[in-house]
Amino acid sequence: MKKNNAEEQKTVVLESGIEVKPVYGPEDTKDLNFEGKIGHPGEYPFTRGIHPLMYRKRPWTMRQYSGFGTPKETNERFIWLLEQGQTALNVAFDLPTQLGLDSDDSFAEEEVGRVGMAIDTLEDLEEAFVDIPIDKISTALTINPVASVLLAMYLVVAEKQGIPWDQVRGTTQNDILKEYIGRGTWIFPVEPSIRLIGDMVEFCSRNVPKFNPFSVCGYHIRESGATPIQEMAYAFEIAITYIQEVLSRGLKIDDFAGRIAFNFDIHGNIWEQVAKFRAGRRLWAKIIKERFGAKNPRSMTLRMIAGGGGGGLTVQQPENNIVRGAYYALISALSGTQTMALCSYDEAYTIPSKKAALISLRTMQILADEMGLKDTVDPLGGSYYIEWLTDQMEKKIVECMQKVEDMGGIVKAVQEGHIQREVSHQAYLREKKIQSGEIPKIGVNKYVMAEERTEIELHPFNTKVAEEQKKKLGRIKAERNNAGVEEALIGLKEAAQTEENVMPHMLKAVKSYATLGEITKVLKEVFGEFKEPVGL
Amino acid sequence: MVIAKPGLDGHDVGAKVVALALKDAGMEVIYTGLHRTIEEIVKTALEEDVDVIGISIYSGAHLALSKKLMDRLKNMGLADKMVLIGGNIPQKDVSTLQEYGVDGVFPVGSNLDDIIDFIKKRIGA
Repeated sequence: MKKNNAEEQKTVVLESGIEVKPVYGPEDTKDLNFEGKIGHPGEYPFTRGIHPLMYRKRPWTMRQYSGFGTPKETNERFIWLLEQGQTALNVAFDLPTQLGLDSDDSFAEEEVGRVGMAIDTLEDLEEAFVDIPIDKISTALTINPVASVLLAMYLVVAEKQGIPWDQVRGTTQNDILKEYIGRGTWIFPVEPSIRLIGDMVEFCSRNVPKFNPFSVCGYHIRESGATPIQEMAYAFEIAITYIQEVLSRGLKIDDFAGRIAFNFDIHGNIWEQVAKFRAGRRLWAKIIKERFGAKNPRSMTLRMIAGGGGGGLTVQQPENNIVRGAYYALISALSGTQTMALCSYDEAYTIPSKKAALISLRTMQILADEMGLKDTVDPLGGSYYIEWLTDQMEKKIVECMQKVEDMGGIVKAVQEGHIQREVSHQAYLREKKIQSGEIPKIGVNKYVMAEERTEIELHPFNTKVAEEQKKKLGRIKAERNNAGVEEALIGLKEAAQTEENVMPHMLKAVKSYATLGEITKVLKEVFGEFKEPVGL
Repeated sequence: MVIAKPGLDGHDVGAKVVALALKDAGMEVIYTGLHRTIEEIVKTALEEDVDVIGISIYSGAHLALSKKLMDRLKNMGLADKMVLIGGNIPQKDVSTLQEYGVDGVFPVGSNLDDIIDFIKKRIGA
């Protein structure tokens, strides 16, 4: 009996610093007025979801992250995933591609085709999308500092497939500020990087209206150690920075805000995550409406991809990650996500094997078709606890955003390394709590199995990819019109040096089969490189 | 000691967490930041006269990068430096890394105290 009492007395505090009571009732939500704070799905402030019917009308988009080796191998995997019922694509690029290096660059050694597919020229992206109707399948390109190059390549692939640009649907991740905080694929300094994002948004709003030119990633910020509150607050501050850049070019908020996308993390306490997203939707709607004066309700909707949470997975007892993935999918669905991508159970080791990718896809399909998640919108809405927690989370996110603004804004805080230090210190504290058992992790600090050498099937790495890519690159360089390449690169350089939008020149450069590395080199000459603040 | 991120991999949480733990344990720690070449890392180790070099790799390129590091250290007459590696290191590669001369392998999920104890025992601090 004594133990039970102690259990009851023990305080429960969420990662967000909010203390949870054992029971909630009407008195906890009496100050929440329905119309102002909650409202109907599809209506301002969108707390319950951004569409009136949500999954009743259409289930979430299923978009597993995939790509490896050569573009041809990746194309085969894409087609196979689509045959299995996946409804969109999410492209993984290898690290040289993500950092603007060609496959024959000495710094790219050992990395070609390893964590994603290798792209050197337009020809590679053409091969990756053979037999894939890109007017019907939306594609997310997980690419950041060189997103403008990949967008240009993707648009030329569309052109070659005979698809008009106004039918092209997809997203470039293109969130450079979070790359400086976590994930680490940055090249250029902060200001010119933000300018490139502005160029892309401006270009897309005029020419590719169904394309999302950037997706702000709270995800990687959280993976780097941030709390759920910081994840949302920093993501919103980053999104606001990009919005201000675009507004400074004379566009109106309603010209582009409806194409802003977010990518969020899901691991952690289930109720805290659901409340995080409900609070996030409400707050974002308010920011866009009140601060930026949007009139179109679509501009005010927080559209997101969720489902991943690599930080919650474990290398120990890896099959447990299948179960975690299923819960993450459930949380994502209860949170009203538009698109779902789960981390595969082997994520802690490698990029997904075919088997792991299929289990993730089936997890989402089982949830959608067997469990009733499509039946009704925001089934947790109205719960005393969830509504109370949503309100608490919103207040905390607002406070955290204010803290960033007090530091002089997110750009300054990132340039000076404050945000990076804050999240890495939190990652350290969290790791200490896991090691001490204060944060329970099954298979890590609880129910540990002495002899566990679970050998899981890993995605194989093919060392021949680099050779194949280099050979191809050599052939393209020999065949292309080098004078045309030179001319396009000079045009790009001149645009980069002025305030002219680089996108038309980028298109010309990729069409001439200039390589990703050549284009990046030109931009580096103009912009320079980011100097990472490394103080711990 | 120096904690370094060689190559293109951007996963730096592990490196920073270990660096903070070692700092807390009273060691002097330099963190290089991302995208360092092996040459740059060895240069830092030489200039700062460190006892220990720790590298962290998650992309899968750990074997090639470790080999390159060990060769470079030998060529520079720094073979006596303690070398530790962390990150996404499969069990099957541990013996190869040891053959290259890596002193300690601490994959994802390693205990921070084990890393600290390992260094203290060998350095005799």
